[in-house]
This record gives sequence, C-alpha cells and structure tokens, in this order.
Amino acid sequence: MSTRVPLPRWVDVALLPVLNVMLAFLIGGIVVMLVGQNPLDAVGIMIYGAFGYGSGFGYTLYYTTDFIFAGLAVSVAYQAGLFNIGPEGQAYVAGLGVILVALALNGLPWLITVPAMIVAGGLFGAAWAFIPGYLQAKRGSHIVITTILFNFIAVSMMGYIISKHLKPVGVNSDESAPIDAVSRVPQLNVFWDLFKHSPVNISFILALLALVGVYWLVWRTKFGFAMRVLGQNPTAARYAGISNSRMIMITMALAGALAGMVAVNNVGGVQGRLILNFVSGAGFVGVAVAFMGKGHPFGVALSALLFGALYQGGQELAFSMPGITREMIVTIQALVILFTGAMGDMLRPPLERVFFKPPNPSSAEGG
Amino acid sequence: MSLVGINKSFGPVRANRDIDLSVQRGTVHGIVGENGAGKSTLMSILYGFYTADSGTIHVSGKQVSITDSRHALALGIGMVHQHFMLVDNFSVIENVVLGAEDSALLGPTLSKAREQLKQLAKDYGLEVDPDALIEDLSVGQQQRVEILKALYRGADILILDEPTGVLTPAEADHLFRILKTLRDEGKTIILITHKLREIMAITDEVSVMRQGTMVKTLQTAETSPEELAELMVGRRVLLEVDKKPASPGKVMLEVENLVVTDDFGIPRVKNISFQVRAGEIVGVAGVAGNGQSELLEAISGMRDQTLGSVKVNGESISAFGDDGAARLRDAGLAHVPEDRLREGLVTTLLEWENSILGYHNSYGTGLGLDVGKAKAEAAERIEKFDIRPANTALKTANFSGGNQQKIVLAREMERNPDVLIVGQPTRGVDIGAIEFIHKQIIAMRDAGKAILLVSVELDEIRSLSDRILVLFDGEIVGEADPATADEGTLGLLMAGVHESTTPKNEAETEARLPEHVTPIEKTLTEMSPRVEKDNSQ
Repeated sequence: MSTRVPLPRWVDVALLPVLNVMLAFLIGGIVVMLVGQNPLDAVGIMIYGAFGYGSGFGYTLYYTTDFIFAGLAVSVAYQAGLFNIGPEGQAYVAGLGVILVALALNGLPWLITVPAMIVAGGLFGAAWAFIPGYLQAKRGSHIVITTILFNFIAVSMMGYIISKHLKPVGVNSDESAPIDAVSRVPQLNVFWDLFKHSPVNISFILALLALVGVYWLVWRTKFGFAMRVLGQNPTAARYAGISNSRMIMITMALAGALAGMVAVNNVGGVQGRLILNFVSGAGFVGVAVAFMGKGHPFGVALSALLFGALYQGGQELAFSMPGITREMIVTIQALVILFTGAMGDMLRPPLERVFFKPPNPSSAEGG
Repeated sequence: MSLVGINKSFGPVRANRDIDLSVQRGTVHGIVGENGAGKSTLMSILYGFYTADSGTIHVSGKQVSITDSRHALALGIGMVHQHFMLVDNFSVIENVVLGAEDSALLGPTLSKAREQLKQLAKDYGLEVDPDALIEDLSVGQQQRVEILKALYRGADILILDEPTGVLTPAEADHLFRILKTLRDEGKTIILITHKLREIMAITDEVSVMRQGTMVKTLQTAETSPEELAELMVGRRVLLEVDKKPASPGKVMLEVENLVVTDDFGIPRVKNISFQVRAGEIVGVAGVAGNGQSELLEAISGMRDQTLGSVKVNGESISAFGDDGAARLRDAGLAHVPEDRLREGLVTTLLEWENSILGYHNSYGTGLGLDVGKAKAEAAERIEKFDIRPANTALKTANFSGGNQQKIVLAREMERNPDVLIVGQPTRGVDIGAIEFIHKQIIAMRDAGKAILLVSVELDEIRSLSDRILVLFDGEIVGEADPATADEGTLGLLMAGVHESTTPKNEAETEARLPEHVTPIEKTLTEMSPRVEKDNSQ
C-alpha cells in the first residue's frame, strides 16, 4: 500500500473534487453523444433547469435540503470514525414520528406542529440509528453491516405500518391520511414569490442551521473534541478516558436525528402525508454527499447543492430532450458518485507529482 | 552463509550499520540484542522482505541478491515469524502446501505432502496431525506447522524470530529438542532472541547486536551470560543526572495482586504488588515484552485488569471499562504513555488540541469547548517546555519526536498530578531533549509527586530511579538500589537468569503453582496457554 503524500490543502479540498466532477461530466458527455444527442445542449438544459428560473431553483433547493440532512447524518458519524450507511432507513422511520405527531396535532397552526414534527422526527430517527450504535458499542456488530440491514428492516416495517395501519379506509394508494394545510411545514413560496410552484420549505432554513450547528458541535464543543479524537485515534481516545461505547451510541443517535429531518422536509413540508418509500434514495445519496464533502459541513453544503442540481436539472433534461431517458440521468448521477466517491483518489497520484514538495515541518500549513 | 557490510535505514533511523555476519553450516547460531537493536531488520533482509541499502549476501559461497521471500525460499532460506502466518480455518496440510502447490488440482500435491510430512515427522520429531485445523492447535503446535512449512519448501537455513515468546516452558523445551535434531541432520538454524538462557542452552555460536551494529560474534561455549548481557546493554556513558537523595513520603500509588492479560488472553502481568511513595521515583526495568506495557496500560486505565486493585492516594479506583482513564485522571494520576504516537497523541489534530487531550472536559462550562483558554494554556506550555516550533495551530504530526514527547509531558505534568506514570520518556528523543525531560521528571519528584518510570533504557532507569523493580515474564524478580546495583546483576535479572540465591524461589513457584494456593494463582494457571496434549497418535 502506498502512503498518501500530503498535498496543499486547497488541492485536496477544492481542485480534486472539481476535477472529479468534471471527469464525471466528460464521461457523461460521451454517453450523451453515443445516444446521438448534443452534450453541450444537455449541460445547458441541466443548468437552466436547476438554476435558471424560480421554480426550478426551488426544486433544486428542496432536493438539496434532503441531501444536506442525509449528508450530515453520515458526516457526523464519520467524524467519530463510524460509517453510517443507514440514513435511508433512519429518515424513513422518522417519517412515522413526523406523521403520528402531525396527525395528532392536526389543525393546529404550524408554529406548534412544526417544532413537534422536528422533535418527533429527530427522536424516531435517533432511535433507529441508536440500535446499530448500541450493537456496535456493546456487542461489536459492525456498524456498516447493521446500518445497511436496518435500511431493509425499515422498508419492511414501514411498509407494514403504512399499508395496514396508517392507510385510511377507502384510499387506494399506500399512504397515510393527509395533514391539514395550516399544520404543514410552510413552503418558502408563501413568503417569497420567486419560489412559486416549488416545494422548498422552511426545512431548508433548518438545514442551513444544521450545517452551522454541526460545525459548532464538531469543532467547538467538548463532545465534538471527544468525537474527533475517537475518529482519528481510538487508542488515544481510550488513553484520554473517552468512553468509546458511550460516544458511539450518542453519535449514532445524533446522526439518526439529522437523517430524521429528511422526513420533516418531505412528509411535513411537501407531501403532507406519509407515502410508501418517500425517502426514495435520498439517504443513500447522503453517503456520496458526505464523502464528496469530506465530512465537513461546508463541503456537505456544496456537494448537496451539486446533487440537488443534478436531480432537478436531470429531470428537466429528461423532459426537454426526449432522446435522453430517465435512466440516462441516473447514469450521469452514478458517474458523479463513482468519480467523487469510490474513485475519488484516482487523480491523486498525478496531482501528487505536480504538487508534491518534500516535507518541511516549518512550512507546513497553519490551520 | 554470510552477510557482508549490510546497511539499512528507515528514514533517519539507521536500523543496520555495516553488519557482517557469517553462519556455519550445520550450526545453531544465536542473535541477541535489545529490542530495536536491528535483529529483525537484518533477518528480514536475509529473507527478502527488505532490500539492504548496501552490502552483499552470500549463500554457500555464491553471492546472491534476495529480492523477495520466494527468492529466499529458492535458496533454501526459510523463516518462522514471531507472529505466525497461518490460515486459521485451514488444516495443517493445507497450510503446509499453501503457495507451494504443484498443479491446479490439489489432490496430487496433498498426497505428496502427506508422505513428506510423515517423513519429516519421523526424521525430526515434528508430529502434528495433518488434518487438524490450525485454530484447534496449541501455540506450540502451530509453531511446528510453521517449521514444517519451511522444511516442506526445502529450507536448509531456518530463521526463527523470537520463537519462545509465545510458548510455555514445556513447549519451549520441545522446540529446542526439535531444533537440535534439525541441526544434527545438517540444517542451519538462526535463532533470534533476547533471552540469554536460550542462547546458552542451544546455540553453538552467538552474535550480539546493539543499536544497529554487530558488536561481536562468540563461541557460546566460551562465553557467559554476564558477558553477553554486558555486550547487549553496552557500556554507554551514564547520563549524569543531578539529583538530591529522595525523601519518600506517604504511599500515593498502591498496586496489589495485579493480573493483566493481553489481547489473546495470555497473562502478561502475573500477580504484581508494589507501592510508590510521594517524592520517589520507582523504576521498572526489564527487557521489552516482559509485561511492562501491560502493567502501565492497566494502571492507567487503558487495558482492563483481570484481577487485583489499584489505589491512588489511598483510594481504590476502578480502572475497568473504556472510561477508566478518566476516573484515574480525576483521582490525580497522570500518564505519559510508552508509545506517544499511537496512544498519547492524535497526530492529525493540532498542537493545542493535543495539549488538552484527556483534560478537555475542564475547558469551558456546559457543552462548549473554551478554545481560547485551551490555546492560551497550550502557548504557556510551549514556552515553559521550549516546544518548537512555538505554534499551537500546527498539526502535531509536523513536530519532531522530541517536541511531540514534550507536548505530552507538558500536558501531563502541568496538571499537577499526585502520581505520574511515565513510559519510555526518551524513546526516539534527541540528547538535548533527553536531558530536559530527565530534569523535569526529577523536578516532579522533588515537588513530592510519586513517579513510576518504565524504560527499556537501563541507564535511564538507573540514573533516575530511587528504587528499581526488575520485571521478567510478568513477575517482579528482584528489587535493587540503583546506587549499589551494577549493570551486570540487573542485566542478568532482566534476562531471567537468576542469581544463585534465586533458583530456590523459582523451584518453589513451579512446585506451588499447580496446587492453586491462592485464587490468583489458580486463575493464572487456568489462563496459561493450553499445555500441548500429549501426542496420542
């Protein structure tokens, strides 16, 4: 195994991801050409669809909201050295908490219901993530395996609960009863005309707060300090008296609570009801978002925006260029995940050759 | 076989310097030296794991270049590693043929191997059931499989790296019988060890290494453990440490009947009791790997103790559980760990962050971390301990070894603890920093702190300690006064060679153990590695 050569920080943080994304688009462009379409036109349509007009931009931000929460759910756990692959299931189960509270308080103004939905979604998501955390801390079951499997358990359990218990009599599709409009999470178009006809809602503001909150937690609290020590060097954590098992359980619960906010955005803010499989992959995208963002809230914000734009722009593209199918969009998204996630370090060796300077402690970076 | 002028450096560390070594065919050749003397590096060069920076290797009079282990095997050099390279859920015979299969089909290879194993077992007394799974075998039997693997591949020169480290005395005896048979059959054996007893018992010739150089090669029959110990430890200039006589006060650290097992459940600390008083430095001497690490880890809460108690300032502290270290710190025990990079520092974090490691909960009220206070105190310590570069925002990995050690020492000492536990305070530290660190430790003692010092550097132990405990094989085998004890005596104690007065104790211990006089001894016998079953086939 070759050792990683230290690169200037900006190369690691900015240049490498940008090159990866460009490479993904290049390959994507070739695919578009192969099906006989003009890749430049396609890129133009995607960018316009994602940012070019209010409603499109609103959709982009709506998707971004989901990806920020899911990305943070992975990032927070990652800071403590845990790979949380379960935001999908955690968000799904959180949907149950959100809908139960919302239906119980149905008809009350959103100023009351929204905080209740946030708390309930957070608690349900936290509980679903706590179990793998407990199993890792006390029983040594690997968190990657358990969180993946808990996604499947969540799907089966929620499918049962929705179709057998939450579905009102006389409704054909698998979904719960709707929340009254006054009790839903308000959409931004209520306050801001720009986002007319788009689902972006107050959850987006919550996501921005969560980004700041996670930054504060990780870099400005004792808990965050303990988390980073554990993530970087578990032996030193034990030396410092940081309880490994306690940290794992709390961190996982925290990650689950963040994933649970996806349900507030979707169930409370857009659908107004709990729909079967409403998470539809946002949790998994969160894993890619976290890796592309290097686990840092700022990086998560940028990569969540990229994926949000890809989602929205991609749908626009599928709509405007009939030659490009929905599957083609998924292919391009997969390429971005492939190049930034799985093959994120592929371009490192050539960059190392370009930027490598012999280590010199006195000239090392200061921050 | 001979090696001429071997040099090997790892970064700034010169692991081997101009090593010459020649081994006669059909002999057992011992290589002794302290940990880090370069024994294993030298053998890895011979076995093709590393390539020497310069120097040549000759086998049977011909110069060869060994670039990987296959090459070494082709030349008839086989190695038995300290940590076995076996596939646990494969059978013995499958492990033996692994990597040496003749054809795509296993059948012919296996039946051929079965024949050969039978022959080898007959010739050398290497009986192992070929169909047993490795995971069901005792450690001694697994080692035999390693030897069989090498012989099956046609090894004429067999290198054994610390072969008895994991064996019970009975298993070690069995191994030596096998080695003698192998030698009598014309095989050449190179035995790496730091146990002088084994050298005296089995080798024909012995080479002593110290700090990367080959000190001397002797005929075993013409030397003595005393001479070897002296050569091994070396007559380095004692670093003069200026210190007043100790004035011990009340007992601050009390360890009673401590038993600690390693990750594999093998007891490494066996029923140790001792006290450290305020205002004295108690040194623990011993060759690395005799339980010092486990002792330190257990007392500081980094490893769960199996039995026994640790009292700090008269108060019994439960060091059990993964936050034991925090409780001990609260009770006034500070710990400078042996391996600062792995244990005492998070090298990916910044200097100020490492400067609060373990004490981070005392910075700031509530949830928040008082970064300003942490940085300010880190800056004070940088100034006081002359840590360079004086930059709290520099990543800790970018400090030199000596400065990293100062970061740890400053952190632990500036908390004004009652008890300070120090492991290898000057490992990998340059001379200037060594002096500074020693002064700081003495200053702590004079300020009335109880200090427990563990070091593989005998000089350091002798010059700093007020009392010396010698640890061998997890037990305290002697206590010495540094003013009167000479290096030879200590060296012998450390090597497990008892003085004429001590064999009685050993015999007593051995006779007593099976009768389980105390619950602790009973547990110890039960925990010992399975004594091999008698070959019943």
